[in-house]
Amino acid sequence: MNLLTRARRPARRGQARGGLAARLREPTQVVFLALLGLVAVGWVLVALDGGQFLTMESVVGIQQRSAALGIVAIGQTLAILAGSLDLSVAYLISLASLVAAEIMAGQDGNIGPAVAAVLAISALVGLVNGLVITRLQVHAFIATLGTALIIKGIVDHLYDGPAGKVPESFQLLGYSRIGPIPVSALLWAGVAVVAWFLLSRTRLGYRIYAVGGNEEVARLSGIRTGRVIVITHVLCSVCAGIAGLLLAARLGAGAPTVGTDGGYDLESIAAVVLGGTALAGGKGGVAGTVGGVLLLAVLDTIFNQLEVNSFVKDVVRGVVIVIAVAVYARRGTRRSA
Amino acid sequence: MKRALPILAVLVVLLAAIAVANPFFLEPAGFLAFLKRAAPLVILAAGQYFVIVSGEFDLSVGSLVTAEVVIAARLIDGDESATWPVLALLVVVGLLVGLVNGVVTTKLRVPSFIVTLGMLLVLSGAVFLWTGGAPRGALSEGFRVFGRGGLGPLPWSVLILLAMGAAAIWLMRADFGKTLIATGDNERAAALSGVRVDRAKIFAFMLSGLSAAVTAILLGGFAGVSAQVGQGLEFSAITAVVLGGVVLGGGRGSVLAAMAGAVTLEALFTLLNLYGISGALEFTVQGVIIIAAVAAGAIRLPRKFTPRRGDAHAAS
Repeated sequence: MNLLTRARRPARRGQARGGLAARLREPTQVVFLALLGLVAVGWVLVALDGGQFLTMESVVGIQQRSAALGIVAIGQTLAILAGSLDLSVAYLISLASLVAAEIMAGQDGNIGPAVAAVLAISALVGLVNGLVITRLQVHAFIATLGTALIIKGIVDHLYDGPAGKVPESFQLLGYSRIGPIPVSALLWAGVAVVAWFLLSRTRLGYRIYAVGGNEEVARLSGIRTGRVIVITHVLCSVCAGIAGLLLAARLGAGAPTVGTDGGYDLESIAAVVLGGTALAGGKGGVAGTVGGVLLLAVLDTIFNQLEVNSFVKDVVRGVVIVIAVAVYARRGTRRSA
Repeated sequence: MKRALPILAVLVVLLAAIAVANPFFLEPAGFLAFLKRAAPLVILAAGQYFVIVSGEFDLSVGSLVTAEVVIAARLIDGDESATWPVLALLVVVGLLVGLVNGVVTTKLRVPSFIVTLGMLLVLSGAVFLWTGGAPRGALSEGFRVFGRGGLGPLPWSVLILLAMGAAAIWLMRADFGKTLIATGDNERAAALSGVRVDRAKIFAFMLSGLSAAVTAILLGGFAGVSAQVGQGLEFSAITAVVLGGVVLGGGRGSVLAAMAGAVTLEALFTLLNLYGISGALEFTVQGVIIIAAVAAGAIRLPRKFTPRRGDAHAAS
């Protein structure tokens, strides 16, 4: 399977030049069709239950619920496309929320330094991840798991509960909205557009696909593969930092468990894969990830509105993810046969 | 065996450091107590080894351990006569979960990372749905004896560990082990030379499920019933296997080294406790040491192995 997909990838790179339209074929298309289908099913189910599905409230809810996960998942997409992955995002989110809230300390004037500090720290974590993977030749799984443990230790050692205070003006990021669109969703869309532009319109984007497709071939074609992997990890961690800022704004304080409670590490990987990006790297894109995150959020909303036991959610979510990836795998084999 | 040497050296150093801090450790009772504590993770690591060496991941073992303990407590509910049927059921459940993981991975061609991640969600959700959020019931004394009791001075868990370890080493020396390593090294080449790749992988997942069942039986007796009993065990097991020099992506490493990796990890925890590095910071030290140990192992490798890193990334 691996060898077959590997061999095909260079051809797909050509297609990627076609931009959004070409990218929207295959798994990405499936995700959005599934999303439409799910919305329709949800509408019917909620209507039978005597409620109304697509109210203003629930649409805003879907957007808000998915914003933080969405931003993390976009960063994760970059890492996975380059053939890597990042398990440290959940703890980094907790750390970022604490750093933000502690530096802000309820003062409006401290917002700038706090945001700068969070971005710097997350970039540093990403840099460490990337360098450990490329220079020390540690598998990404172990390297980022190790970083995750290091951050967990520091955070748990210093904090027992929520700390710091986020000023009112910064909390607007978490709750206010322009018309029907929450500011947090706009932030997510912004990050998504930047990542999409990076992947499809810049040299770095092509290199990320090349490295993820086949690192050795990319290296032989003159790409500095190590540098590309380090950059994707820095970007991935910065995305996690932004998500941490968003969650701090929403909570009004920093919390040492906000990242792990949300399960952002495994969930973001699941969302990326649900969006049709190959876990082995080199294939997929941001559009699919956005679809994957929305799919998970709509699923959540339907369960909430039907007041289904929250544990059922986990079961259904697990089954949906596996089925989706099985469908993509099926299509892949048929094409190559 | 050559690959097992570095980890064995690290293990000896760690054990010596523990012995210096705590001379009781050198007495048979002290050492057996340590082995008893390490047994669950070592068994789990042996199971995880089969999956990893065949080129896959099993992230579901942690939640499987939790699920098994919770199921056992609920079904036994203090009833001594239910012990043996429930033990048999646990083993069957473990094998069944492994079978599903293996079949979905090989037949539906879903990357095992995703399959077992899905299984993790399904198992944890299903168990808590069934128990209503908090584990109920109690384990019988007959069940707990495996984790707590012993045959004379020898704890049962150490005996079980020795039996499972011997079986694992025997399996890897038999034809199955050779085909499994060939599968992990180059799946296509193995398939072309007549290895039933799918069957080997499914069997590996079932062994991992079985080891999770045994781990659950030991941990249930040793630590008791809780919803957190298996939390994070999947990562500990994978870390232990990698510490033993087994390459993620498959095809390299021995089961003995993987088990030595698990003992080393447990020795590390013990040492950190002894030197008073308290609770939270323990994780930080653990993270640094894991990265350092794996990096040291990677650098030791001859240059010709490095292209394999490309394979190692392709976890599918």
